[in-house]
Amino acid sequence: MTLIMPAPEPEIMARRDELIARLRAILSPGGLIVDEVARRAYECDAFTMYRALPLVVALPETVEEVCAVMALAAEMDVKIVPRGAGTSLSGGSMPLEDGILLGMSKFNRILEIDYENRCARVEPGVQNLAISKAVEAEGFYYAPDPSSQIACSIGGNVAENAGGVHCLKYGLTTNNILGLNVALMGGELVRLGGKHLDSEAYDLLGLMTGSEGLLGVVTEVTVRILQKPSTARGLLLGFASVAEGARCVGAIIAHGVIPGGLEMMDKATVHAVERFQPCGYPLDAEALVIVELDGTQAEVDHLVAVVEDIARAEGATTLRVSTSEAERLQFWAGRKNAFPAVSCIAPDYLCMDGTIPRGRLPDALAGMDKLAKQYGLGVANVFHAGDGNLHPLILYDASKEGDVERAEKLGFDILRLCVSLGGVLTGEHGVGVEKRDLMGEMFSEVDLNQQMRVKCAFDPAGRLNPGKVFPTLHRCAEFGMMHVSGGAMRFPDLPRF
Amino acid sequence: MDASATIVEIRDAPDAMEALRAANAQDASCAIVGAGSKARLGRHAPQARLLSTRALSGVTLYEPDELVLSARAGTPLIEIEALIAAQGQRLAFEPMDHAPLLGGAPRRATVGGMIAVNASGPRRIKAGAARDHLLGFRCVTGRGEEVKSGGRVMKNVTGYDLSKLVCGSFGTLALLTEVTLKVLPRPETEETLLAIGLSEAESLSLLRRASATPCEVCSLTLLPPGAALGLDAHAAALRLEGPEISVAARRDDLIARFSKSGARFEILKATESAALWARLRDAVPVAEHAGQVWRLSVAPTDGFSVVERIRRAGAPLLAHFYDWAGGLIWLCLASAPDAHAAIIREAVDAHGGHATLIRADEETRATIEVFHPQPAPLAALTRRVKESFDPLHVLERGRMRAEF
Repeated sequence: MTLIMPAPEPEIMARRDELIARLRAILSPGGLIVDEVARRAYECDAFTMYRALPLVVALPETVEEVCAVMALAAEMDVKIVPRGAGTSLSGGSMPLEDGILLGMSKFNRILEIDYENRCARVEPGVQNLAISKAVEAEGFYYAPDPSSQIACSIGGNVAENAGGVHCLKYGLTTNNILGLNVALMGGELVRLGGKHLDSEAYDLLGLMTGSEGLLGVVTEVTVRILQKPSTARGLLLGFASVAEGARCVGAIIAHGVIPGGLEMMDKATVHAVERFQPCGYPLDAEALVIVELDGTQAEVDHLVAVVEDIARAEGATTLRVSTSEAERLQFWAGRKNAFPAVSCIAPDYLCMDGTIPRGRLPDALAGMDKLAKQYGLGVANVFHAGDGNLHPLILYDASKEGDVERAEKLGFDILRLCVSLGGVLTGEHGVGVEKRDLMGEMFSEVDLNQQMRVKCAFDPAGRLNPGKVFPTLHRCAEFGMMHVSGGAMRFPDLPRF
Repeated sequence: MDASATIVEIRDAPDAMEALRAANAQDASCAIVGAGSKARLGRHAPQARLLSTRALSGVTLYEPDELVLSARAGTPLIEIEALIAAQGQRLAFEPMDHAPLLGGAPRRATVGGMIAVNASGPRRIKAGAARDHLLGFRCVTGRGEEVKSGGRVMKNVTGYDLSKLVCGSFGTLALLTEVTLKVLPRPETEETLLAIGLSEAESLSLLRRASATPCEVCSLTLLPPGAALGLDAHAAALRLEGPEISVAARRDDLIARFSKSGARFEILKATESAALWARLRDAVPVAEHAGQVWRLSVAPTDGFSVVERIRRAGAPLLAHFYDWAGGLIWLCLASAPDAHAAIIREAVDAHGGHATLIRADEETRATIEVFHPQPAPLAALTRRVKESFDPLHVLERGRMRAEF
């Protein structure tokens, strides 16, 4: 366990009773959890490696309650950690022992569906998939579809700028929302955007998206809804090497085709999937590529022929085209099962999330292979191949002495490798606490200071979700007009908290 | 722009750092000027110094297979567009050229200026705006520090998405030195279906319904009589792009869906279609009238009501048209010292959205708020964000807001 969080502040812990009394006056009955056993349910999100017991859990029911809790936190100088459905893979909503965990789960209503303006207004606790379900009868859907879509909430999607398998063509959360209502530290409410596009002045809507709960608490989201493509067909392509698979992916895009989905799995994952729930994937392929083409019938048929030709020219050893909706879903079944399947071949796995320039995929895989051997751990790989987003799954056994630390170190080395290849630390899971201490690999101290100054503009006291994203905590006053020179983190060996 | 301003040539990031540190030390306000094509956009606020990015030019990375291009901020857009067109690619957000509206030589804008105003065209409704295609950037902030954000990959959530913040910031936060953009394949062909002869309200309703079909219409515009193509009736223009076979099928589908609307249909093939959308992108139907020009963004269903309200309030409307299925309104009004701001903003505020004064003389742009006024908490937050990059307000002082 290498993560160091800010130490609980005794002066906050000492005022717990006062805080509870004042929260009780704000929140509706049932909106406050103080009992230790009940608080345990909130001790981590989907990044389960690290846990902390929150000081109290507040579950507000109205926007007024949210604002009042934020105002109280500012007044009493207490930390707040916002939480949606708790599905963050990077510890974005990991609680603090001296902080209020602000759960938004009671905000679960769809407020308005406006088909004519192709948008919906929803509360932040609404499940991602529930939006698509609510509009599907009219032929619409909400495009971003993270794997956790049956559980994750739209507020959390905004905080993390969630992606999914369709984002090469349809974009991430940031490209699919029109408006946000945000409660700021201190309790003020601001409205960003609305049902119209591109509010002039600073794009705070864009800034809020992906800010990991460090700038404000989302109380309402206006999402764009899209008409479902009239048809979709899948292709399943096998290749004798990952390099050939990667080349084929590049060739598809170079031919001007932007598929709705473009995924790749390595042999280890394919074998795990076939063992978990057979779906007819070729076991001899070193790389398996799933291509999904969507649009109107005429266009899809045309593009299927184009991609078939490319796959043949690139030496595909398996080439299957779906001829029915059932077959298309079958192609996806294994990919959708990849994570549970991998958890059957190893007691534990750690899911990483780097992005690289797509052309460097063979280098990334060779590098990962070398690192995995060095650490003596297995790695299975699934990729959003179209956009270069890698999800290496590091296989380990938490019950084995030293395995957790080794897995974590291997993960860090893999992310360093991604950055060295021109990529980034996280494509869609967020920095959270997981990748916090690696931020210096990608950003200079000056870069990070500017980002922290932006946080100060929203949260001058640094009380909203502290200890996440940034490897060092600063008081906003420290960021005056000082010019910091050089890029390297000073005193890298000092404990930061 | 002020003729008495000192011109400082910026060739690289160290030049910009030096210039901005000096500006901070001497409390000298600075304009950032590429080709100067947008000098008349925003509030009229003369600056003491002009930081010229003309020499900060050149494409630094272009990988067509990876759909990515990086260029220094002063690179002419025309150069980038030609380079990527040769590889069958384009900037899908269709940046507008402000020359028809603001005067000066056409197509001289730089890529930095394009980002500074988040320039986007009729395809924005489907393809996204400039802000959706900026993957990363390098800049020197108002405090004179070199900062980078984002990257060159398509999917990246590492740290705050400052790309969104600089896009549309009018140079008030930082001097961009390099931008990295997502480029996309150019479709095989395009075609425009015109539905002619309905009323303004009926045409807008047709556009909204068309935008809710699976026909993937990438641009939906309403042209009042006389606005374009020599037509003397309202024309709803629907642009389709893609493989030839798909465009034809979707066009036929649209005609079938709206066959009972009472509209008469005409089809513009690729060349004519492209010419029409280039005019609409640059707002030529309003630009060619002498008068003050406003750009309004509202919910598509509110477009018609907003224009009706402005008409009823007696504003002297010379020309207008709707883009983005009714959500974007371009208005040209007979000039007045107050640019009819109260009428326009009252109409927009009644529904929600924003109104930007795009074309007016210097005096008007010095006295009227060019950008839509913000509620107090948002205005205060905006100012704090500004000061996080530029605490002493040395960059484009007063260009967006009188108070900074």
